[in-house]
Amino acid sequence: MTQSELPVLTKKDFESDQDVRWCPGCGDYSILAQTQKTMPDFGVAKEEIVFISGIGCSGRLPYYMNTFGFHTIHGRAATIATGLKGARPDLMVWVITGDGDALSIGGNHLIHAMRRNVDMKMIMFNNRIYGLTKGQASPTSPIGKKTKSTPMGTIETPIIPLNLVAAAEASFIARSVDTHSEHLQEMMHRAGEHTGAAFLEVLQNCNIFNDGAWRDFTDKSVKEDRMLVLKHGEPMIFGAEKNKGIRLNGLQPEVVTIGENGVTTADLWVHDETDQDATRTQILSRMWWQEFRVPVGVFRRVPRPTHDQLLVAQIEDAKAARAAKGPVDLQRLLSGGETWTVS
Amino acid sequence: MTSPKSGNHTDSVTQLDRVTIRFAGDSGDGMQLTGSQFTATTALFGNDVSTLPDYPAEIRAPAGSLPGVSGFQISFSSGDIHTPGDRPDVLVAMNPAALKVNIGDLVPGGGIIVNTDAFNDINLKKAGYAVDPLHDGSLQGYNLYEIPMSTMVTGACEGLGLTSKQIELTKNFFALGVMFWLYERSMAGTEKWIAEKFAGKEAIAEANKRALNAGYAFGETTEIFHTHYRVAPAHLAPGTYRNITGNEATALGFVMASKLAERDLFLASYPITPASDILHQLSSYKHLGIKTVQSEDEIAAIGAAVGAAYGGAMGMTTTSGPGMALKAEMLGLAVMVELPLVVVDVQRAGPSTGMPTKTEQGDLLMSMFGRNSDSPIPVIAPATPAECFTMAIEAWRIALKHMTPVVYLSDAFLATGAEPWKIPQASDLPSIAVENAPPSDRGGFRPYQRDPETLARPWAVPGTKGLEHRIGGLEKLDELGTVSYDPDNHHRMNLLRAEKVARVARDIPATEVWGDAEGELLILGWGSTYGSIRSATERLRERGKSVSHAHLRYLNPLPNDLGDILKRFKRVLLPELNLGQLRMLLRAKYLVDIVGFNLVRGKPFQIGEIEAKAESLLGESVEVSK
Repeated sequence: MTQSELPVLTKKDFESDQDVRWCPGCGDYSILAQTQKTMPDFGVAKEEIVFISGIGCSGRLPYYMNTFGFHTIHGRAATIATGLKGARPDLMVWVITGDGDALSIGGNHLIHAMRRNVDMKMIMFNNRIYGLTKGQASPTSPIGKKTKSTPMGTIETPIIPLNLVAAAEASFIARSVDTHSEHLQEMMHRAGEHTGAAFLEVLQNCNIFNDGAWRDFTDKSVKEDRMLVLKHGEPMIFGAEKNKGIRLNGLQPEVVTIGENGVTTADLWVHDETDQDATRTQILSRMWWQEFRVPVGVFRRVPRPTHDQLLVAQIEDAKAARAAKGPVDLQRLLSGGETWTVS
Repeated sequence: MTSPKSGNHTDSVTQLDRVTIRFAGDSGDGMQLTGSQFTATTALFGNDVSTLPDYPAEIRAPAGSLPGVSGFQISFSSGDIHTPGDRPDVLVAMNPAALKVNIGDLVPGGGIIVNTDAFNDINLKKAGYAVDPLHDGSLQGYNLYEIPMSTMVTGACEGLGLTSKQIELTKNFFALGVMFWLYERSMAGTEKWIAEKFAGKEAIAEANKRALNAGYAFGETTEIFHTHYRVAPAHLAPGTYRNITGNEATALGFVMASKLAERDLFLASYPITPASDILHQLSSYKHLGIKTVQSEDEIAAIGAAVGAAYGGAMGMTTTSGPGMALKAEMLGLAVMVELPLVVVDVQRAGPSTGMPTKTEQGDLLMSMFGRNSDSPIPVIAPATPAECFTMAIEAWRIALKHMTPVVYLSDAFLATGAEPWKIPQASDLPSIAVENAPPSDRGGFRPYQRDPETLARPWAVPGTKGLEHRIGGLEKLDELGTVSYDPDNHHRMNLLRAEKVARVARDIPATEVWGDAEGELLILGWGSTYGSIRSATERLRERGKSVSHAHLRYLNPLPNDLGDILKRFKRVLLPELNLGQLRMLLRAKYLVDIVGFNLVRGKPFQIGEIEAKAESLLGESVEVSK
């Protein structure tokens, strides 16, 4: 990336000339704004950034970014990103997806993009509903959720996205909330800085088909008590009075009050983003209001060689091994093993 | 087909023009290996060869059972041949099941070489023989050669410290040795192959070598064969040749295309029979800079190929029918975003899983129309295994020049069948390179501004300054490429996409008519039926019949000269290994009453079948003229 020649860019440089067409009040506006604000952070030229999306309301985002953009088909953005990054390791690739796109029709690709550690930054807008198709249950809709396609309530257990990607060995896992703009910007920045498969779940509000899906704990008035902001190397403390915490009892997390029953800060679970074992990431991903608090922040950030690095490394190794035997002779390649000559 | 020439029996050698042999045994007996070793040696000897491997989809069906029989047919000749032969002259049957499955195909009076050691009660019962066919007189019409192969290799491998099971596995080399003696082939190539294959396993290498030599010596010293056979080298055009299968030629064609286009090749595929070998071969070319990904599924494979193409590489994917079905939506996206892409469909017998290892031409209409809405894609098809090389390059030439996905239709017969290939001079092949859209500081880049001649849009790859733009599956505004729901624009864009593909017809060679330019009957074909049709046409013309042959490599768009060609013949016969897919297209387009000849048995046409069908049509036309 030609960082040295790059003039300093601003949010405005990343705004395209297209009118934004989401419903008024949609959480996507905030996500778009934070995305545009974050882009100058990376010192990457606009033409070297690619936004790839699938289908759904989230899929429109690339049209609004003044970078290269590819609005693909339902669930398959990760596959296209895999090919693009494999062919062009020099590009910065972002994938924009939703809960239906990534977890339902694209579930298989999500798993494999994560395990391959494709160097893409995937932002999944999770609104627990199908919005573009006007309100059917999604893989993250809670059991019992009544929608047009589930008039008596859905009977299916929801997927916990971060638990899934942790199981798939994602090397960067984070969560934020559409309206928590500063935190969201920070998470996007962190995802963008990560080398490897980054998965950022954004709890997003669909005010038309699933209004208030996250309000119970994301609302300003309650979030201090009901959410847990993860900070690397720090004990897990929450609450307006900063007196509550999470203690890990074996593999079982528990909510404790500092100062009660002899509990001190030293007893609390200290968050370690760089924990190689994804087991604790999964425990964290399963913590939820009301039994626990809903964690946001960077859950996991581990270094691992990326798919494109390994792809290129094998080619370099093979070329070096071949070069030791002399230059590649295309004619000999065509000839294969044995030939005969007719004169 | 065995036609002894002038009864030359001196030195107990019989001169033959052409021989067809079928090796048959259990799928664990190594028949594919035996067949391919015989093929390699025979090709090297200078005969024209054509092969047909025929194996079950099960890796190891129960030993000795009928479904577990694996076969490999090779036809070789001192003349020019186009097919692996209709019926074998010689059958090598390693067990009763192999005999039972294949005996019906053998020519009357043909030779049968059997491993008598395998004709025990258990194997006879598994094959459904109530009585031993070797002794009940049922094989009287054939020349039966009974050889206790297992016993012979046990003797030959004595003292090597191998188990009886290990020794038993060498009996295919014994059979190969017998055949090498019978047809005057050298053992050198196979001995070298054994040494390389079993390097580090000296005892196994030695056992196989001894078995091979024992078979050869058996032929030489025993008196069960009264003669051996000589098939003189063929008079092929001057040049350097190798033996090649369609899948090998396809893979090499793509390597060559990448060199000629001066662009990186990026293959993403999901394993599927009978296409996987192309993935395997290209995966072994990392030293050439070729990137391959084994994707998580068929959709991911074509998705990655589209992503690579978007990035400016030669993105491609290889599959067979069921995988092709899964790729439909992504192909539609490639049509919409107008990126170059090559999709290889090595067709197999269907529908659904069908018969994965058997051949068919059933995916033509799916390739043409198997997407939502009007979604035109060029479709091309190689006619012979060796031609897969040039057609693979051709697929890329069209994709790059016309900025379009291209479907390349091979099939199981082409993929696994082999023939001699006159190796081209790589340095003689013309460039197929195209330019990326250049950087710009003017702003207002138009990603759908078309080349006036081809209607291709610019290839504007990420990383190019000033070309930032958005594309996708939503309908585009003409030229600007922004999202548009304008009714007239959508109509215009559909017409433009159709016209762009139609213009590929300006860019393809004239259709060759072999035989006379006009006459009673034209036999028209596409894909792997080439050999059978050409041979049938040759035979008919030798008998003075007014028959010509034309073979289509370009199925969409069809060649501009085809309509005139069809009208120059009284009748047109179109043999296809499907229920009439190309015929439907041609009848619709040219309003010509083409007669179909359609067999879907998972096997190539026999020459005689096409010959007989053509004869019957010629007979009808005579009646009409009376």
